[in-house]
Amino acid sequence: MKAQLLTGNRAAAAAARLARVDYIPAYPITPQTEIIETVADWVREGTMDSKFVQLESEHSMMTAAGTASLTGARVFTATSSQGLLYALEMLYNVAGWRAPMVLVNVSRGVAAPIVLEPDHNDVLAARDSGFLQFHSETCQEVADLVLLAYRVAEDRRVMLPAIVNMDGFYLSFTRERVTLPEQEAVDRFLPLYEPLNPVRASRPVSRGSAVMEGFLYSYFKYNMHAAALRAKKVFSEASREYERLFGRAYGPVEGYMLDDAEYVLVMSNSFTSLGRQAVKRMRERGVPAGLLKLRMVRPFPTEEVAALLGGRKVVAVFDQNLAPGFGGIFYPEIAGALYHVRGRPNAILPVIGGLGGKQITSKEMASIFEAMIAIDRQGKTPTPIFLMRDDELARVKKIVAMAEEGR
Amino acid sequence: MTSSTTRYKTLKDMPAEDYLAPGNTLCAGCGGILAVRVFHKALGPNVAWVNAAGCMTILMTYPLSPLKSNWLYTAFASAPAGAQGVRDALDVLMAKGKLPKSEDLKVVVVTGDGAAYDIGLQSTAGAIDRRLDFYYLCYDNEAYGNTGFQTSTSTPYGSSTKTTPATAAFPLGNTSPKKDLFEVWRAMKAPYVATLANSHGVDFLRKVEKGTAIRGPKLYIAFAGCPTGMGFDPKDTVEVEKLAVSTGIWPLREAVDGVVRHTVVPRSLTPVREYLRTQERFRHLFLPTEKTEAIAEIQASVLAYWKEAGAREGFSVKSPDA
Repeated sequence: MKAQLLTGNRAAAAAARLARVDYIPAYPITPQTEIIETVADWVREGTMDSKFVQLESEHSMMTAAGTASLTGARVFTATSSQGLLYALEMLYNVAGWRAPMVLVNVSRGVAAPIVLEPDHNDVLAARDSGFLQFHSETCQEVADLVLLAYRVAEDRRVMLPAIVNMDGFYLSFTRERVTLPEQEAVDRFLPLYEPLNPVRASRPVSRGSAVMEGFLYSYFKYNMHAAALRAKKVFSEASREYERLFGRAYGPVEGYMLDDAEYVLVMSNSFTSLGRQAVKRMRERGVPAGLLKLRMVRPFPTEEVAALLGGRKVVAVFDQNLAPGFGGIFYPEIAGALYHVRGRPNAILPVIGGLGGKQITSKEMASIFEAMIAIDRQGKTPTPIFLMRDDELARVKKIVAMAEEGR
Repeated sequence: MTSSTTRYKTLKDMPAEDYLAPGNTLCAGCGGILAVRVFHKALGPNVAWVNAAGCMTILMTYPLSPLKSNWLYTAFASAPAGAQGVRDALDVLMAKGKLPKSEDLKVVVVTGDGAAYDIGLQSTAGAIDRRLDFYYLCYDNEAYGNTGFQTSTSTPYGSSTKTTPATAAFPLGNTSPKKDLFEVWRAMKAPYVATLANSHGVDFLRKVEKGTAIRGPKLYIAFAGCPTGMGFDPKDTVEVEKLAVSTGIWPLREAVDGVVRHTVVPRSLTPVREYLRTQERFRHLFLPTEKTEAIAEIQASVLAYWKEAGAREGFSVKSPDA
């Protein structure tokens, strides 16, 4: 199929239609709305054979998504930010029910204060829920990862729901070249959903039963963990077939100029393209720079991270999120993956940036590499970098003064 | 449903088929499970129960189930949304030819009053607004029973609960009035709303039967005598429920397309005192001395209710003082 210009939101909607989803429970939130408006249009025009229902909250939306999946429907939905947090209780439930639905999260910073542009505190709040997580850098990846997510989630070795993440604005409202796969080929890649023990009159089931003792609870939780770990193998099988059918290859992580890199920046989602530019510029300056992009966030690609980051001089972890009182959320996950690696990096530099979609200049990106080099040469313990430019600080001071004046 | 079209004339018409096996993990004398049992009899076998956190949740303790039908536990706040997902999935799968019509199910939300009156009200409102074709059975024991009897907005005036205990400084316990959920649901234009009591089985069965002929949200509030929380002997559940009805405290009513009718009219009201005395939760109204003013207030509100209902529907009830 020919490439077309699509926003990330349209790409997500198009992938849901290609996946022939049966059911879409929805609730609007910026910047996700275009997804549900698009599928609502298609369903009402008759060009998408799904049932679309607008619920009264994300909590209800996720409940309906989960029970519909348990009743045998292939389910798609989408949310953002506060919506994901409002639904968080249900994410744990839906994962515990082993209901393999797919949720697109359009990342947006979490209030307070209210903000519209992205960071990843929203989606990473769901990191322990049992949902698989795939994060996208481009609109093309959004479409492809939605199809891959269904394939992996519904695999009998996995049976867990999945989140496909894209950044609000930077992907959701940005038109990029996207090649959508042909329906016929998608049907071969993703056959009709065959539910396991669905709610039925002829063969009643109990789902969500209580367990009263810790050992049983532990058993089910370990089971989920094992299933999530199996999703690695299932994902690589699926992505090999995806590449064969559609010509695009997706690993759990993606390296950029990694071969001989000594200073490696770890990133995720759309800001990764800033990292690629920075690596290119550093290479032009003769610095052996490289980048590792996290695509699969759950299950966490521990082995890949260890294999690709072991032996580097310094690694910087770019966290577009903040756990106040600790720092970045990805940082300890990367550090944990590297601890037992022989020849692990001398230092791992924590970087916080892009909160609420804060823009980052090429100079700031370069400063991360410069800091890595300095740490390496001076053998110092890295101190965290919090990106904020002098011109931005000057504006902050002006605005805060204005607020003070009004008191 | 006129009396000539119902299959339920006397209690002997109660369907013999039971979909709930004897023996379960609930308290002895639970009025809630009794309501579930009778409700299921009237609905027949093909049911998907959708549950919110509450006493009924412990009915299903893995790997056991006393039910011959489907059960889904959702969460405290969103059982009606869970029903939405089941109903919609069945509909879309049948419409696409992926599921034979013989697999269709009646979808029933079952929750206590904590979920129905408080934390799940938003989700219920959503389901009513969407005209979801489902049943909602609230077993109302007038408090958060499963967590040990804390006050809910269903708790009546004068009841002591674990979070509104009667003390010297707060001699009446809970002083908020009981929310009228029947009227809340009716205001949302649900096509069928009814109250039930286990003590009035024929009335109960007829109302469920009537609901089966109506498409859309069908909402039932069943008085659930709660020996553990309300404080009475488990053998007295049905007696306590009978008194709730005969004193006029628990009106048995229904609303079809918003038109209210009282299905059981206690022509000669039993004094509320008789009912209050049966339960530990009202003990402070009698000890150390009888709080005559508070009891009179409860009696007066019951009388006012029936006077107004009678004026609207053309009946009269006799005050216990008369």
